[in-house]
Amino acid sequence: MNENLKLLSKLEIGKKAIVKSLLAKGKKRRRLLDLGFVKGTIIEAVQKSPGGDPTAYFIRGTLIAIRSEDANLICIS
Amino acid sequence: MGLTSQDSGMNVVKSNFNVKKNSNDDKIIAVAGNPNVGKSTLFNALTGMNQHTGNWPGKTVTNASGVCRYKDKNFILVDLPGTYSLMANSVEEEVARDFICFGNPDLVTVVVDATCLERNLNLVLQILEITNRVVVCVNLLDEAEKKKIVIDLDELSLQLGVPVVGTSARSKKGIDELMQEIYEMTFMNKKTYKIKSNYDEKIERAVELLEPEVKRIVGDKINARWVSLRLLDIDGPLKNSLLNCLNIDILEDKEIKLIMQKIKNEILIEKDDYIRDLLVEGIVGRAEEIYGKCVVLKDKFYSSKDRKIDKILTSKATGIPIMIALLFVIFWITLSGANYPSELLSNGLFFIQDKLTILLSNIGVPIWLNDMLVKGIYRTVAWVVSVMLPPMAIFFPLFTLLEDSGYLPRIAFNLDKYFKKACAHGKQALTMCMGFGCNACGVIGCRIIDSPRERLIAILTNNFVPCNGRFPTLISIITMFFAGTIMLPYQSFVSTLILTGIIILGVFVTLVVSKILSKTLLKGVPSSFSLEMPPYRRPQFLKVIVRSIFDRTLFVLGRAVIVAAPAGLLIWLLSNIFINDVSILSYCANFLDPFARLIGLDGIILMAFILGFPANEIVMPIIIMGYLCTGNLTEFSNLDELHQLLVGNGWTWLTATCTMLFSLMHFPCGTTCLTIKKETGSTKWTVISFLLPTVIGILTCFALTTVVRVVEALI
Repeated sequence: MNENLKLLSKLEIGKKAIVKSLLAKGKKRRRLLDLGFVKGTIIEAVQKSPGGDPTAYFIRGTLIAIRSEDANLICIS
Repeated sequence: MGLTSQDSGMNVVKSNFNVKKNSNDDKIIAVAGNPNVGKSTLFNALTGMNQHTGNWPGKTVTNASGVCRYKDKNFILVDLPGTYSLMANSVEEEVARDFICFGNPDLVTVVVDATCLERNLNLVLQILEITNRVVVCVNLLDEAEKKKIVIDLDELSLQLGVPVVGTSARSKKGIDELMQEIYEMTFMNKKTYKIKSNYDEKIERAVELLEPEVKRIVGDKINARWVSLRLLDIDGPLKNSLLNCLNIDILEDKEIKLIMQKIKNEILIEKDDYIRDLLVEGIVGRAEEIYGKCVVLKDKFYSSKDRKIDKILTSKATGIPIMIALLFVIFWITLSGANYPSELLSNGLFFIQDKLTILLSNIGVPIWLNDMLVKGIYRTVAWVVSVMLPPMAIFFPLFTLLEDSGYLPRIAFNLDKYFKKACAHGKQALTMCMGFGCNACGVIGCRIIDSPRERLIAILTNNFVPCNGRFPTLISIITMFFAGTIMLPYQSFVSTLILTGIIILGVFVTLVVSKILSKTLLKGVPSSFSLEMPPYRRPQFLKVIVRSIFDRTLFVLGRAVIVAAPAGLLIWLLSNIFINDVSILSYCANFLDPFARLIGLDGIILMAFILGFPANEIVMPIIIMGYLCTGNLTEFSNLDELHQLLVGNGWTWLTATCTMLFSLMHFPCGTTCLTIKKETGSTKWTVISFLLPTVIGILTCFALTTVVRVVEALI
């Protein structure tokens, strides 16, 4: 494990990172891949919703909101 | 391995889309694309049809087909649901994929969003793996221009090996060029080129082994390379589709089984997830490469304006207050704007009523028939029109503007946390928004929720959002009983406040019921939620107003009138057929009365709700008819007189409140029930969706009535 590796949910708003790996399995993994969370993709945390969750991320030219449980399944650096 | 019934299989897919060729010269064109790229707008521009459009993903959940004539040829366009991929993660993806694979379209037009081309290329590349009879349509070029995104369409065409056309469907730019390409592809057999793929070497080796065997089995029915790729990533739904549509059970084939085993043992020894990653990375990597070659961003911060708007509309401090304020403003404009035209309309229509009676009696129509036609049918219809038309003509366009701008997904974003707490799905907020227009539409809209459990919750609770048919009841009661005594300029303000409160109550009940359902009948944890938040777009004001009045307002009104006319007749008959000097209406009302009193209503009101089952619009007219027929034959023309009529029949503020509460929480209308039956395919859930809100409504009204009566007795 690389020291710089952390979970997407910990990414601060306005900061950018690179997707390293997915911890999700099966259908969930597919869903995340389809949304563009693929190894090597640049991702930026843009906006938290009023309740603090979900968070909107800018990825491959689109704004996508996901919940923290899912963001916890994405490793970034 | 029988291939005999493949034709009937094809027909199954086709009949799902209602596609019929009238002659062999007709061409079937599938319109595919990511959600929210303007497919429906393009579809409308091409076919001259008026599919409803809006700026949020998942707007089109039902499939439409329409005919476009170009150069004396018929092109049958099939609007597929928007999907990000064809890997079949959801019902829509499966539907779209099955049509492209097995529906035998002559051509697939893939619509992509110029403002986020890279993501969209993912789907294009996947479709190109299945067929190269493709025309790519780069839509929303005008939006891209605004954001200073420059796309080299020729280079894109070169990279993809198929024709590429740039369009701005909203302003109908590029539509002719698109049709020309479609024409050339289908009638002149324009050549396309195979493009190189970008898969990991291991994947390529595996496909090399599989492809010849797959080819042997599927023949020319479907692209063998694509099936081979899919076999590597075992895909249950595809297996079923192959079985259903081509009658091939490919995994049972001996040779295939052997090769698959060999691949597993020698080439791709890793886990399934790893293989899937390789497959997706292959496509995504290629999309990235093409994107890099074809697109130049002249303004790196092109989305900064959207971000600023989002900061205001979805931030912790202002997100939810602004949302409620927007709701309030929409209602306020609707209420204050509808007041005057409503009165004008009802004066006019009741003036005609008198004339109509005179006319009919002059031409010798017997009194009973005259009464039946005018006081029964005409009066009910007139009431429905005068009360419904003005608010709808204002509400629908306003709501459509909001929809067009891209705000609705932000509502889902804002509220997701609360839906998650209720173990439900954030997109339920979107289906509730649709429910404002019509609960049946809201129920169909629930298809955008993937998890079956959460979709069912959304379907069962959609009725707690008052639809357009119930607004008139709410509005007229609020105006008569709660805002009537207040000075005029503030009157509509107070009315709006109460109406907004009722809506928020409805949302609150939805959340509570969702939570209860999640803990009892529909146990489960929240599934994953992902929502695309589209860029804001400036709505096309004039077009939206015209469209929403003609397509939605008049449609809903028409439906209401169709129900109102026979209902008016029925209620007239009930109140004019006497048995032992008591009308049938009184019999029924008296029968219901004791129970109705318990929940703060009376027999007539409860009966109105029951008779209003076909359409909620006619509840208020039936109440009025009921009172008019059972004694006080007061003529009324405006709300003041109506107020007196109701008070004269024993209405208090409690009656009014309970009527409103019961209107918010009672059984869904007939259309909605049928839709629920169709969507869930289960009688059990339809019955539950009927009983659930009814029981909750009865309990709420009973509790309120009892408390108020106890307090009144004590004072």
